[in-house]
Amino acid sequence: MTAALVRRDYSLVGPEAEKAAEAGLVSAKWYSPSISRAELKALMRRDDQPAIRDTLIWFAALIVSGSLGFVFWGSWAAVPFFLIYGVLYGSASDSRWHECGHRTAFKTQWMNDAVYQIACFMILREPEIWRWSHTRHHTDTIIVGRDPEIIQPRPPDLVAMALSVFALKQGAAAFRKLVIHAGGRLTDEEMTFVPESERRKVYGVARIWLAVFAAVIAACVATRSILPAMFVGLPTFYGGWLTYYFGITQHLGLAEDVTDHRLNSRTIYMNPIFRFIYWNMNYHVEHHLFPLIPYHALPKLHQAIKADCPPPYRSTIAAYREIIPVLARQLSDPTYFVRRELPQRARPAPGGVAAVARA
Amino acid sequence: MSETWIDAGAADRISPQDVAPFEHDGRQYAIYRTADGRYFATDGVCTHEYAELADGYVEGTIIECPMHNGRFDFTTGEAKGAPACVNLETFPVKVEGGRILLKVA
Repeated sequence: MTAALVRRDYSLVGPEAEKAAEAGLVSAKWYSPSISRAELKALMRRDDQPAIRDTLIWFAALIVSGSLGFVFWGSWAAVPFFLIYGVLYGSASDSRWHECGHRTAFKTQWMNDAVYQIACFMILREPEIWRWSHTRHHTDTIIVGRDPEIIQPRPPDLVAMALSVFALKQGAAAFRKLVIHAGGRLTDEEMTFVPESERRKVYGVARIWLAVFAAVIAACVATRSILPAMFVGLPTFYGGWLTYYFGITQHLGLAEDVTDHRLNSRTIYMNPIFRFIYWNMNYHVEHHLFPLIPYHALPKLHQAIKADCPPPYRSTIAAYREIIPVLARQLSDPTYFVRRELPQRARPAPGGVAAVARA
Repeated sequence: MSETWIDAGAADRISPQDVAPFEHDGRQYAIYRTADGRYFATDGVCTHEYAELADGYVEGTIIECPMHNGRFDFTTGEAKGAPACVNLETFPVKVEGGRILLKVA
């Protein structure tokens, strides 16, 4: 049998969902490092201050870059300001969506919920759908047929990846689903992870968002300019490239169908600007191992458990040096993936070698 | 059906504003101690998906599930935030002679 014949079905309603259940990979017990309750409790402690500071800086940077883009609109001088505005809107919103979705960024819950709603709109992820999809991602991380957030199948779809650099694939899907949801329906896949009791919220938000986008289009028509859309709507696309650049590094090219986040996730060291934009999501192994720990405590968690984890990547470039050749090889051999080596003193992965070999 | 008070261990085994596990007759419970020294008990497993609440985070009278951050008020068992949608069962608890006593069915 050639490798091309083992292409898998990544949908949540296909045969792989049943196979995952039969293999005991659904809601399985995952590896968890040993850490004292006292230390964990200290790391989990919530604090409004870091997220308030970061959110004020974020909004201030959006206002300043957007204002300068407005002032210089019509000249090339506007380009760098909209590049900054776009990244702050279309990429920094990813991490705010993520951390506030977990409700760990702020101690005060209404702040988590408010920033979550704003970030969801910016990155075009419907709040209820993505809350539940991300819940599933944490239950069954990179389990084929179960995880709705696997960024690329094997072999990778290079056209889809190219379109995703400017969120075109995700954006088209998001608008298609908005229309479905505004009509009071969910897709078959969404029905597998959004409970009945939460579905009305989905429909209501979809209608509000479509009304906002209609208002932006009306403003563009009235002013005979795309300028209104440069501030609301389009930045998701022209500023979304950095979130995709970061997002690829989280899991792509690593093992599927293993119950150990050390083997299917990457922790990458990043510079302070990237870490501000990404809100420490680069400590991705740590986040998956302990989702209750706020973003501002992840560097400390990393220090606490790093002896039990594979070595972190020194930079995003180092991660891409691994990822790009893996993707190239997966084009002809979809079974190929990177086997992360655990330190000698680390506790072994659940299921040992067999769990890894199945992937 | 008779109800029994079960010894669930020393009261000081749980630090203020924290949670600890307790297992009895094959069932898991979570026992909480608030910052002001009150004790409460609930089912030990999240109603959303299997996760042991004793590994979670206590803030005030809220327990957050360690796996998906579902939130419950442990004094009433009420689900307070998605993905927790179904309330937790609660159990009477008291402290006598430095021991936690849990009333189970």
